[in-house]
Amino acid sequence: MSPGDHDVLEPPGGHAPPGGTGEPVLVVEGLGKRFGDHEVLRSVDLRVNRGQVLALIGPSGSGKTTALRCLNGLERPDTGTVRVGSDVAVDFATGASRTQVAALRDRSAMVFQHYNLFPHKTVLENVLEGPVVVQRRPRAEVTAEALELLARVGLAEKRDAYPFELSGGQQQRVGIVRALALRPTLLLFDEPTSALDPELVGDVLGLIKELADEGWTMVIVTHELQFAREVAHEVVFIDEGAVVERGHPDQVLRAPHEERTRQFVQRLLHPF
Amino acid sequence: MSPDTLELVTESLWPLVRGAITGTIPLALVSFALGLVIALVIALMRLSRRRWLSAPARAYVSVVRGTPLLVQLFVIFFGLPSVGVVIDPWPSAVVAFSVNVGGYAAEVIRAAILSVPKGQWEAAHMVGMSHGVALRRIILPQAARVSVPPLSNTFISLVKDTSLASVILVTELFREAQQIAAFSREFMVLYVEAAAIYWVICLVLSAAQGRLEQRLDRYVAR
Repeated sequence: MSPGDHDVLEPPGGHAPPGGTGEPVLVVEGLGKRFGDHEVLRSVDLRVNRGQVLALIGPSGSGKTTALRCLNGLERPDTGTVRVGSDVAVDFATGASRTQVAALRDRSAMVFQHYNLFPHKTVLENVLEGPVVVQRRPRAEVTAEALELLARVGLAEKRDAYPFELSGGQQQRVGIVRALALRPTLLLFDEPTSALDPELVGDVLGLIKELADEGWTMVIVTHELQFAREVAHEVVFIDEGAVVERGHPDQVLRAPHEERTRQFVQRLLHPF
Repeated sequence: MSPDTLELVTESLWPLVRGAITGTIPLALVSFALGLVIALVIALMRLSRRRWLSAPARAYVSVVRGTPLLVQLFVIFFGLPSVGVVIDPWPSAVVAFSVNVGGYAAEVIRAAILSVPKGQWEAAHMVGMSHGVALRRIILPQAARVSVPPLSNTFISLVKDTSLASVILVTELFREAQQIAAFSREFMVLYVEAAAIYWVICLVLSAAQGRLEQRLDRYVAR
């Protein structure tokens, strides 16, 4: 990007200094959820400061994705509070109202494992849907912004293509642009590269790292430990619905205190 | 074919086609349109988690699919007058066919909505859409593509079923054929001719279905 250009990729409130500020953007306390007899989440606490990246790791079925989905109400926890920014706080124990969940969604945007683009809409329409239809911002303004975002991820010439005409990596980059166009306070990534062909993973991870470097606040569920170590400010290891260990990526991923964390990391780094 | 038969066919062709144009086709179109509206409402009610909405919808579908169309037609045209509701033949036929299509198409639409991947709802909610907006802008357009083949079936069946309206004296293709047949005593000729016209209409509809499917193909998540 040439100097002087308006940076639409800039996170709300401007760039946070590397490593983030001390101001909390996300505070989660006592998140709990059960499906019948199965306890999916047991009192999970999370905290992310502005400009920081939190990586959630753990075996499949550990509850990390459920925890992430609770952050924007796609999943309703039975107990716990979720606060985003200074103005939205939802206490799920007392029953969250539709308005409260809507406010929560308004503050965050999610990138899905399977992209979940709208197949009947073009790339540009996919990006505009939220800002224009829901947020009711002027179409011309949002379109200009969307095109700039698409150019940033190398998809400017695909604006009128339909999702089925794109590769997985391209679809996921559109997914990321769709999330950014909502101007969220918090970006949520649910295993964003798990469904991609191996040779396409790098592009998407590179883009997410760029966003992290620019000071976006994010929570990422991932199996890419190397990526987590480079990008995250904190790594939280979840197993059987509970936080087993949390800390600086170098510590959790290289010198874990807990035996379960050590086993998990070993298995991912040396699969056979 | 004898010259007499040929003459009968050519002379009766226009009355039969006119019966199709003024009776069969508008009856099918109007009933199908109204039936789709009923079907959408019933399908959404059945998908609701609230029992007071889903239970009546379930009952509606059960009754409509569990009783013969001819009997439904008789109840409306011959039965209702005895409780003081008198409806003319044409509107009676429209009511009966709409109610009937509503029951069958409701199941098609319900299945089509359920066939849209859950991730589409989630993405719609993620960008901030309410349930209603998500349904209208994201889910229904995709469900529409899925439901074209089964709904085309329903429509083609309806076109043929409109012949039942002849028994409540609606002037349409088959009633024209019956009248000319009774007059000329050439039952075989007239009824085969009527069958041929129904067949041609359905051929055109099948071709239209194919083109519609092609046009809506991009609406499917892959």
